Amino acid sequence: MPGHRSIRDFDWLMVVLVCAICALGVLQIFSATRDTRFSEAWWKQGVWILAGFIALWIGTLIDYHTLLGQAYVFYGLSIATLAGVFIVGMTAFGSRRWIGTSAYHLQVSEFVKLVLVLLVARYLSELKGEKQLELRDLLRLGALVGVPMILVMIEPDLGTALTYVPILGIGVFLAGFRWQYAVAVLVIVAVAAPIAYWVVLKDYQRSRVVSFLDPDQDPKGSGYQVIQSKIAVGSGALWGRGVTKGTQTQGRFLPVSQKDFIFSAFAEEHGFVGVVVALGLYFLLLMQIVQNAQTASDKAGMHICMGVAALLLFHVLVNVGMVVGRMPVTGIPLPLMSSGGSNIVAMFLMLGLVNNVRLRRFVN
Amino acid sequence: MKLTVDREDDQAAANQLLRDDPKFAAPKIALFQYLTVAVFLFLITGFWDLQIRNPDFYQERALENSVKSIPLLAPRGKILDRDGRVIVDNHSSFSLYLSRENLKMEHLRPIAEGLNLDYDSLVERVRRFQSRGAPQYEPIPIKEELTPGELAFVDSHKDADTFPELEVVHVQHRLYPRDGLAAHVIGYVGEVSEAELNTPEFARFHQGDIIGKDGIEREYNDLLMGVDGQRRVEVDSSGNERRILDDKEAIPGKNLQLTIDLDLQAVAELTLENRKGAVVALDPRNGEVLAMVSRPAFDPNLFAGRIRSKDWKDLVDNPDHPLLNRAIQAQQAPGSTFKPIVALAGLETGVIDDNYHIVCNGGGTFYGRFFKCWGKHGTVDLHSGLVHSCDTFFYNVGNRLGIDRIAQYAEMVGYGRKTGIDLPHEADGLVPSSKWKIRNFRERWYPSETISVAIGQGATTVTPLQMAVAIGGIAVGGMWFQPHLVKDTAHLVPARRAELNLENVQKVIDGMYGVVNEPGGTGVRARLPGIEVCGKTGTAQLASNALLKGTEYGKTHKDNAWFVGFAPRQNPEIVVVAFFESGEHGQLAAPIVRDVMKAYFDKKARLARAQPQIARAPSNLLGRPTPLSAAPLTATQSAAEAIP
Repeated sequence: MPGHRSIRDFDWLMVVLVCAICALGVLQIFSATRDTRFSEAWWKQGVWILAGFIALWIGTLIDYHTLLGQAYVFYGLSIATLAGVFIVGMTAFGSRRWIGTSAYHLQVSEFVKLVLVLLVARYLSELKGEKQLELRDLLRLGALVGVPMILVMIEPDLGTALTYVPILGIGVFLAGFRWQYAVAVLVIVAVAAPIAYWVVLKDYQRSRVVSFLDPDQDPKGSGYQVIQSKIAVGSGALWGRGVTKGTQTQGRFLPVSQKDFIFSAFAEEHGFVGVVVALGLYFLLLMQIVQNAQTASDKAGMHICMGVAALLLFHVLVNVGMVVGRMPVTGIPLPLMSSGGSNIVAMFLMLGLVNNVRLRRFVN
Repeated sequence: MKLTVDREDDQAAANQLLRDDPKFAAPKIALFQYLTVAVFLFLITGFWDLQIRNPDFYQERALENSVKSIPLLAPRGKILDRDGRVIVDNHSSFSLYLSRENLKMEHLRPIAEGLNLDYDSLVERVRRFQSRGAPQYEPIPIKEELTPGELAFVDSHKDADTFPELEVVHVQHRLYPRDGLAAHVIGYVGEVSEAELNTPEFARFHQGDIIGKDGIEREYNDLLMGVDGQRRVEVDSSGNERRILDDKEAIPGKNLQLTIDLDLQAVAELTLENRKGAVVALDPRNGEVLAMVSRPAFDPNLFAGRIRSKDWKDLVDNPDHPLLNRAIQAQQAPGSTFKPIVALAGLETGVIDDNYHIVCNGGGTFYGRFFKCWGKHGTVDLHSGLVHSCDTFFYNVGNRLGIDRIAQYAEMVGYGRKTGIDLPHEADGLVPSSKWKIRNFRERWYPSETISVAIGQGATTVTPLQMAVAIGGIAVGGMWFQPHLVKDTAHLVPARRAELNLENVQKVIDGMYGVVNEPGGTGVRARLPGIEVCGKTGTAQLASNALLKGTEYGKTHKDNAWFVGFAPRQNPEIVVVAFFESGEHGQLAAPIVRDVMKAYFDKKARLARAQPQIARAPSNLLGRPTPLSAAPLTATQSAAEAIP
């Protein structure tokens, strides 16, 4: 079933939106890292975005059905690599999520998202008929997503591990399941959460939760980042303080203002108006991805698009929510804006998949 | 068949299509869209809350974060001598502080190593500051006068990741002359103390202000001090300055020109040597103090920063009291230098005249008690009485005058009260009188007590400055100017005049001329070729010689030596007093006065010879003042040559 493909069908609106968001990101990275030892980050980000567009092209080129066929191979490779991180991985920022020795590190856990999107889509598209998911299916899917999640969690990178949840969640939600299961899951979470808090979470993660609930309790410790971020955002007011004019960003009171807290820096320098514009771009991008899901020619394509959409929405919710103090500090980046190669390339690859689905939406 | 097959195929295709129809999830996708809208509204309201509803609150906190106020310390005004040469200067330097907000004890070792500080004493210092309970924002000064190498070390290590507690503060340090030159005149500065801040005089200062504590520095503090400014800077999270927001420039203190002549001051310092005493030179025509020395001196530079407690203890515990300005604070019996005043009183009141004479056989008996003279002078009149400093003569004059007339004339020349010089802590001295006796001892004055007062003993005490003023005033014919150290004509107090018979004054002056210039005069060591020097020696007993004989105190505490001189005889321009403790005899003080006078007249002659140089001088006064070195040295050398 070769799809009708032409350059005209390419999702140009998505490309424009992505370009706009990336441009805001590069500008903000430039402003935030000026006069710091990261001052070259903005053009490196530009190079990564170029690499991203090539990834997007590649992600579009190969029929997603072919990729779906190899989903389990990718999955096996992912698990092997994540395990390998423990053996050959290097330690950076206190965790082991980086692999490679060159200047450009590859963050394996970022690419695992892509593999999980494909895997969930493949699994769900192979189910017969419209019947709801059996308990067996739920357990299998849970196990498939759970294994890499646990591997990433013990790296330790709780934030990235959590981003795997919406991929599974949206798939299960769309496929349909009995409401009793949902209740069961809620009960399990309710019981497991306190246990996880005291047993699984490390001290710094616990303090992040505490500082989320009450940032003023420890203003120089974990709460510091939240307080500084809120000060940055609030002082931006309606119109912002101007590019390279934000004292919170420029004075480096904001932690990692080119990565996790980039939107805080953006909000300080561009104000509420800038925030509305940027969030509007993300919203349009999401709607565009959802639209591609609606027009997908098959279930697998729909699942791929919705998986990407759910992942993106989760990222935006958690990262931007953290910036305004409405979400705990989890250390996950804002896709397309935060500085960082793996995240950018992985995101572009996923957008490539969405485009891939779009180009093959007409069934002959 | 074909149809069936087709139908079956179609059916299969239809089934396939049905199973694979993505539209089945359409309502759920719509739900996802609503969820997305909800998420974005949730986020937008978060920004609305911070940026639209409370921007002022957060802008203020951003300001608190990033804006730091740095004091710009106003440099104190320079202190210049009468020719515009710099006596007290400032030098700019950097001090290193440890800010206590982010101080980590484990950083102290590498910091100590990097700056060549003793680790143990650094730790002890930090602990002392911490235990003192000073506010957290008060940084700990750990090193002053940083070298370029040390500054480079601080610069490369003060970032947030290394030693953020390092803080360099720019300060203007007071730079005083070495060896305590004019130390007592100048005084010193120091940080205003907690106790001082509670007094009305210092209440207007702020904690940490450097103020004048003594001498000119204190007396003219408001003029010299200037007003500190403030700079507001934007800093980053590691405390580094990013840009200057605004500047309130410091207003530097005004320069202050003294009446002191550095040349004379240097000569006076050198000729007094290490004797405990004082030298005062002033111009009797206007009260300008040309030189004022007190020894032993102290090094004001010790106070310029924070004086170490050990240095302070050493100064205070020193039995020689180096902090005492003997020129205005030593109250000692004037001894025979009092005789010209008694002589003048005798002449003015008419109790003696030119024909009055007595015979000195080594003393005289008054009121049943024998009073000794220091020699046997035979027939003595007023002139020879002064020249030979005959005690017996003045016993008689004093006896004729009575205590109250002596007191009247002593007070006329300015004894018994402050001269009003522009220095703090001046002493009054004492002029005894019958009223004084009754007031203080509830006892009447016995005429026998007058006898020792007549030769400057008894309860009479004066300061060297008072003596210079008193004798200078007589020398110019009965006109006493308030002595002053600053050439400030606006605040000049008019001279106090006394209606004296100038012939009587001239007789006293002639006697004092004889002291120096006649054979057998007690002050011949003050003689200067070509200059008509007048003077009077004084050998003042601390207590009755009889009492002291054989005691330990008597051996270690010998008589004080005084010499007061002025020149020239007609129209005197300079009066000099030299005083030192345990000097044994006033003759020994005479060479000091001579040397200072020689320096004065040598300089006058030199300037007269070098008229063109004077014409060039003003540019020097306004522009770069000459350093301390050259001029005083020449004067000193010429004085030294004159000594043998």
